[in-house]
Amino acid sequence: MANHEQQSNGNGEMNQLKIPEIKFTKLFINGEFVDSIKGRNFETVDPRTGEVIATVAEGDKEDVDVAVKAARTAFDQGPWPRMSGFQRARIMEKFADLIEQNNNELAALDCIDAGKLFMMGKLVDIPAGAASLRYYAGAADKIHGEVLKSTRSLHAYTLKEPIGVAGHIIPWNFPTSMFLMKVAPALAAGCTMIVKPAEQTPLSALFYAHLAKQAGVPDGVLNVVTGFGHTAGAAISSHMDIDMVCFTGSTEVGRLIMQAAATSNLKQVSLELGGKSPLIIFDDADLDKAAGLALQGIVHNKGEVCVSSSRVYVQEGIYDEFEKKLVEKAKAWKLGDPFDPNTRQGPQVDKRQFERILSYIDIGMKEGATLLTGGKPWGSKGYYVEPTVFADVKEDMQIVREEIFGPVMSLMKFKTIEEAIERANNSKYGLAAGIVTKDLNVANRVSRSIRAGIIWINCYFEFDLDFPYGGYKMSGFGRDLGLNALHKYLQVKTVATPLYDSPWL
Amino acid sequence: MANKEQQSNGSGETKHFRIPEIKFTKLFINGEFVDAIKGRTFDTVDPRTGEVTAIIAEGDMEDVDVAVQAARTAFDHGQWPRMSGFQRGKIMHKFADLIEQNTEELAALDCIDAGKLFMRGKLADIPGGARLLRYYAGAADKIHGEVLKSTRSLHAYTLREPIGVVGHIIPWNFPTSMFFMKVAPALAAGCTMIVKPAEQTPLSALFYAHLAKQAGVPDGVLNVVTGFGNTAGAAISKHMDIDMVSFTGSTEVGRLIMQAAALSNLKTVSLELGGKSPLIIFDDADVDKAAELALNGVVYNKGEVCVSSSRVYVQDGIYDEFEKKLVEKAKAWKLGDPFDPSTLQGPQVDKRQFEKILSYIDIGMKEGATLLTGGKPWGSKGYYVEPTVFVDVKEDMQIVRDEIFGPVMSLMKFKTIDEAIERANNSKYGLAAGIVTKDLNVANRVSRSIRAGIIWVNCYFEFDIDFPYGGYKMSGFGRDLGLNALHKYLQVKTVATPLYDSPWL
Repeated sequence: MANHEQQSNGNGEMNQLKIPEIKFTKLFINGEFVDSIKGRNFETVDPRTGEVIATVAEGDKEDVDVAVKAARTAFDQGPWPRMSGFQRARIMEKFADLIEQNNNELAALDCIDAGKLFMMGKLVDIPAGAASLRYYAGAADKIHGEVLKSTRSLHAYTLKEPIGVAGHIIPWNFPTSMFLMKVAPALAAGCTMIVKPAEQTPLSALFYAHLAKQAGVPDGVLNVVTGFGHTAGAAISSHMDIDMVCFTGSTEVGRLIMQAAATSNLKQVSLELGGKSPLIIFDDADLDKAAGLALQGIVHNKGEVCVSSSRVYVQEGIYDEFEKKLVEKAKAWKLGDPFDPNTRQGPQVDKRQFERILSYIDIGMKEGATLLTGGKPWGSKGYYVEPTVFADVKEDMQIVREEIFGPVMSLMKFKTIEEAIERANNSKYGLAAGIVTKDLNVANRVSRSIRAGIIWINCYFEFDLDFPYGGYKMSGFGRDLGLNALHKYLQVKTVATPLYDSPWL
Repeated sequence: MANKEQQSNGSGETKHFRIPEIKFTKLFINGEFVDAIKGRTFDTVDPRTGEVTAIIAEGDMEDVDVAVQAARTAFDHGQWPRMSGFQRGKIMHKFADLIEQNTEELAALDCIDAGKLFMRGKLADIPGGARLLRYYAGAADKIHGEVLKSTRSLHAYTLREPIGVVGHIIPWNFPTSMFFMKVAPALAAGCTMIVKPAEQTPLSALFYAHLAKQAGVPDGVLNVVTGFGNTAGAAISKHMDIDMVSFTGSTEVGRLIMQAAALSNLKTVSLELGGKSPLIIFDDADVDKAAELALNGVVYNKGEVCVSSSRVYVQDGIYDEFEKKLVEKAKAWKLGDPFDPSTLQGPQVDKRQFEKILSYIDIGMKEGATLLTGGKPWGSKGYYVEPTVFVDVKEDMQIVRDEIFGPVMSLMKFKTIDEAIERANNSKYGLAAGIVTKDLNVANRVSRSIRAGIIWVNCYFEFDIDFPYGGYKMSGFGRDLGLNALHKYLQVKTVATPLYDSPWL
């Protein structure tokens, strides 16, 4: 599709926004863009309008096989793991440079593919992707094994070796962040890989593959097979020659992947799954700030974030005033075309998610919850949903138990700190949590008591490159970001040999 | 069964060895020895004779449920995780003291349960168990999280939290070592647990439970449910309230456990599975020492070790001399009653294993391998198998591909270092490997080239408490021993909060 000017839709203003030409639509295997072996394609749709943006090659098992062969050869014989960490880092830095040089085009791709805000992409997501590469590039030449302390006369040490060929199955909510969160540490470790982007969002992944090659990543090291979960994704999880599979997505699919790993070659598995994260606001909170945080908690990225704080518990002393402020803010929240810099919330990623969210809202009403604000679609076309808050909810309602993955909040009142902790932990998930209080002891106690992988105190969504991130309980296991993620792609090998005449042990 | 004097069998001499009274035969749940809810029991058999030693309570799903409830209460509300690491360390030291005070009785139990050499138990295995407790006791008060380096004004740190309730499913080959390899780090971390010992070897596990209580381990922290894999073991793998399962055993069962974990609550899984580990002997080796190492590699613990070096590759320059020395040593190897201090090899653990090994020997002959020595059962009763060496084997023979888990070696010749590396790696397993050479460069190159979790250079079976140990490829994932094992039982939680007016970032 050629570059064309298009009017903004939804907010009534006449904006000229350039939609990028879609340059890469084929599978990227062994350094080349190729059609799928069976010649199939699928469409990727613009959630602002429901229209088809591009036709993309649909990879299946045989394409995954070819990609794995390329990755296996690149690992077992190719230069990538045999380069020093420092050399790999130089190439990764070059890759980051190229991403920065193509910032706007990449942000635009994620915008039309996933409905993500263009300005957020341009100022945050894309630069953060480049930052991930630079962070791990800086760690690549500092991977240390250890010399061990034997109880006998032995010289022994651990080697931290790249695990081999990794399969990355990534979701559609943060196409760029997810891509680089997996790819960057794996590259730094010296692994080779196959990435299967979500079928809803193939575009930026293919562009990144192109930039990787330009940066000097050798052929076969980074392969991208676009396609569907139950075909290409399943082929990865069950492949006999992939050493590890890393997945971010739903708990249901996480199960399938782990099973497939178990029944195939017992490959290592790392899962980052769903959440129903609680935000607990104590009486001493700044009311206006807390309401702002809570709203952000469910509207950021149109609620399509695994760590969304979809359960909000407010201490009774400030509840009534909080509810008022929250509704005010929710009603003032600006939806619109994500290219428009004034827009705060774009469309949901696709029709299926849009309908799913609306059906949960319906369930909420049927379950007897009170709709405080929102609850309806927005605009005349596309997949926009108003920020929605339910009150008078009970812990056992479906809308309180299940992950909705949209801008829908369950708002509840609590009395004591014990009650808050108990209710916060009353979930099969354990991904994130937020605490709003000025009290040091409340913060320390509650942060240690909630069983979740990342706890934010007086803030939310504060991810950082050095902060390990991942789930407790059924939100998964394994950590992304930080040095923990790098270690995921490294295996520990112990080497021991007898020691003679050492002056010390 | 009362203390009784018993004559040695098999060696033709008349010796008197005391069989200990079996004091503990019931499930240990929440600090008490109890019958199985269904009242079932099973026999445990002495592999020296084939006779029943004792009748043990047979735990099933409902017993596992009660144990998990006790462990969950002990974790969520009990003192164990709420004690300081130092205090847990003190109780663990007390536990180790009690083990040392009961060394001989424990060694005798493993001897009659698993056919293990009494002297080895007394001098190595049992003290090794106590030592593991002391090692992790010393680490319990040194578990560190980290303060992280944010790119923004945030104060963030990781907490290393006990993962919760752990299920340990352990094998029969090293009943004591396996028990403590799992239990010691989990205790130090502050976890609570259910141990399911192998049905062949329940005796020492129950004794350890008794000693744990005497040492002051609170009720519910350490539970032991004796029983079978397909009932009690399966109940653990699929339990919705167990946070993690740690397994050592066969690859086939490892698959089932991982699947059950995936289908139930996506609990974290750690697997230490089978192996077909290669021992590579270069031309510059001391032939006599190398032959001894190689023989030991398959007869140590009657070949019932996951890291047995069952594939031996000898460089052509020394092959003929090596073969001669190996056969000499194999024929001189002393089998006999494991209580007899001069015995070097006891019986296989049970009838099933005994028959499995003999059938593999049969397969080897049918496949056309040449039997150099051994190949037959030994003695008039019980489950003894002669040290067996096959030559003229091909890499694709079953006896070279499959794990036999008995005193059976495949001996092969090689020319070049590249060939040795390639053939060593030509296995779905990747647990251990041995290299015999004086050449520094050969040692460094080959140790880095073989895909296995532990590499011994000029030695074999050199485990140590600080040496991480575990598999590559289909030998599993996760590490036992060393501080790595402690980290398995800890989850990483990130806590972040905004930072104001910090003089540095």
